[in-house]
Amino acid sequence: MESIEQIKLRIEQAIPGVILEIIANGSPGNPASIRVDPEHALAVARFLKDDGQLRLDYASNVTGVDWPDKVAQQTVKVLKMVDGVEKEFDAKVETREPGFLEAVYHLYSMELKHGPLVLRMRTGDRAGQTHLPSLTPLYRSADFQEREIYDLYGIIFDGHPDLRRLLMWEGFEDHPMRKDYAEPDDYEFEPTAHNQVLAKARRHYPPKASNG
Amino acid sequence: MDERLRSELSRQGVVAIKLETLYNWGRKNSLWPLGFGLACCAIEMIAASMARFDLSRFGAEVFRPSPRQADLMIVAGTVTKKMAPQVVRLYNQMPEPKYVIAMGACAISGGPFKQGYNVLKGIDRYLPVDVHIPGCPPKPEAVIQGLMLLQDLIDGQKLTGPGRPRFLKKGEPSDFEVPIEGAHDLVPPYNAAVWRPCKITIDE
Repeated sequence: MESIEQIKLRIEQAIPGVILEIIANGSPGNPASIRVDPEHALAVARFLKDDGQLRLDYASNVTGVDWPDKVAQQTVKVLKMVDGVEKEFDAKVETREPGFLEAVYHLYSMELKHGPLVLRMRTGDRAGQTHLPSLTPLYRSADFQEREIYDLYGIIFDGHPDLRRLLMWEGFEDHPMRKDYAEPDDYEFEPTAHNQVLAKARRHYPPKASNG
Repeated sequence: MDERLRSELSRQGVVAIKLETLYNWGRKNSLWPLGFGLACCAIEMIAASMARFDLSRFGAEVFRPSPRQADLMIVAGTVTKKMAPQVVRLYNQMPEPKYVIAMGACAISGGPFKQGYNVLKGIDRYLPVDVHIPGCPPKPEAVIQGLMLLQDLIDGQKLTGPGRPRFLKKGEPSDFEVPIEGAHDLVPPYNAAVWRPCKITIDE
């Protein structure tokens, strides 16, 4: 298969107006991926599938990723007037990067026996703009996996032929794989020293009043 | 009955026996399990019923495909919250007397999936379980031992008096509340008539 930079270049030549971004993967041996803007995603996927050199005809894996809001604290020098003299102070400034949901497609070619090419799509945010185009019209194998992402992450795939929940029941309102999912409190005590479990136990069974 | 009289009668070709003993002997040796499995434990349950372990030696080989013909429910495997209403509904459709075996860690407590969002933390939240078989999954020998424990339990049941089992008491329920799939969890999260969370306080 060609290098990912070459593929990016050829997509940009074939589809005018497309916005692509190569996202490097820090861990060794893992391929970099191409981020596609949702408006052109279906056209890009169709190009990858039909192009004679690529022929990426098989979506082996579709995954959802939840990126919560990132809060970073920075210390900034601020000048202030104290008793008529300007002095420098440290001030903490919070920067908040809005989170988003991501759908990741691993595309392979059965015909030319190469791959994977990793495609990514990102939603506008995590609450209101969670629509992405579905690639199921092109890749039948994405059908259940997109339904699973819809179920567990809450991405709504426009153009999906049968977008229903897959693992949870109809009428279930939460998306359990999101980082901020709050599970129902049906905790039962377990004799484990695991800190997370212990913290959960403390939430569930409030401690006795300290005065006894 | 006097033991000497009984042996004298049996020498004459007359068998004298309590109706209760005969009734329980018949019941305990013709348990018909409901043929359904939920996860990998079902494979061990099937293995227990096949030629090598041969559950039919204990009269329990007739796995019935319909709850109307079964009197033993072996809950073999992980009960997801989505499946739990159907399991309770199947139990409700079985005729009395009926028994429940919770087989494997998942059916007992949720097992390795206990912390998950989609797994019921033990079927005894909704059903009265008679025998728990621990294991992940339990070996077929363990299934057979569980069945023998259940047979002992049936053998000891009284037909009259205050110690008689639930199905012989008038007014006792023979079916249990089927939970509804709610917006965040099953409603109710457990049947208070069957199960209650244990009361624990955590020391600081």
